[in-house]
Amino acid sequence: MKKSFLLPKSLKNVDTHYCSGCGHGILHRLVAQAIDELNIREKTIGIAPVGCAVIAYNYWDFDVSEAAHGRALAVATGIKRCRPQNVVFTYQGDGDLASIGIAETLHSANRGENLTCIFVNNACYGMTGGQMAPTTLRGQKTITTPLGRDPESGDGWPLKLSEVLSVLDGVCFVARSSMSNPQGVKETYQYIKRAFINQIEKKGFSLVEVLSSCPTIWQKTPIDALRWIEDEMVKEFPLGVIKE
Amino acid sequence: MSVKEQKTFCFQVKVNRDKCKGCQLCIFYCPVGYLVLSSRLNKKGVKFAETKKDNECIGCGFCYLICPDACIEIHGKEQDKEK
Repeated sequence: MKKSFLLPKSLKNVDTHYCSGCGHGILHRLVAQAIDELNIREKTIGIAPVGCAVIAYNYWDFDVSEAAHGRALAVATGIKRCRPQNVVFTYQGDGDLASIGIAETLHSANRGENLTCIFVNNACYGMTGGQMAPTTLRGQKTITTPLGRDPESGDGWPLKLSEVLSVLDGVCFVARSSMSNPQGVKETYQYIKRAFINQIEKKGFSLVEVLSSCPTIWQKTPIDALRWIEDEMVKEFPLGVIKE
Repeated sequence: MSVKEQKTFCFQVKVNRDKCKGCQLCIFYCPVGYLVLSSRLNKKGVKFAETKKDNECIGCGFCYLICPDACIEIHGKEQDKEK
């Protein structure tokens, strides 16, 4: 049994700009913890997305680069090919990875780039005010789908990007977890660690999709937002290891 | 290990009150009700989580795991069982 729970050294002890109850804060800590445990802090380069986590470099205490919207995996490909000795990972939201950047995502995965990709799925565009994202659930109300997302009227179905990427030959590890309870947070940590280990062992592209809450846009309390993940999101996005 | 040599742990939870945004997730998931919402406000102007003196922390780490603002640390200390 672990006796003490201390903050990881790769995480700066500063206030974050995230809303109360936002899942980004938990995930930042898990990434920092995995990097500390694998002792790769000095050779890690993270790529921050465009979205709520755009200033993630203010919170992590290792090298982080910024990329244009959706192009994090393209930038990561360049860095990894020039500096193969470094551990390179991207941290992207659903609007960044699954919408505007889906071309970069699919082709990086298909090329089997030796990268780690952490995909934060909160079923909406958080930073821009709550528009429909590709991962928005059926019937979910957003400001661009005020009557709820209706696939029959042309809004489309929730995009299950993890399942899509899992059929590509270049992808070595795909897993989906949720941060809706402490057990889920522990599971997420194990997946992130495995994704980093895969890169160190040069196995190929690893993707970890994390179901995260956005209490402000969902207009719920932080506790109700976590319950909503367990009750609704998990039905659409089943958890577990999809490919390894 | 004989009974006399058995060690037990006491846990000290430290909440960084100025980083806390009052989401209350730690309070919700604490299995022994060790964390409560303070009646005072921090520098952000929100009610923060604080520890309750009459309960004892069991060191499960749930509050540390679920805290979105990384403001909780748990320090475990070994102590003799008899004490």
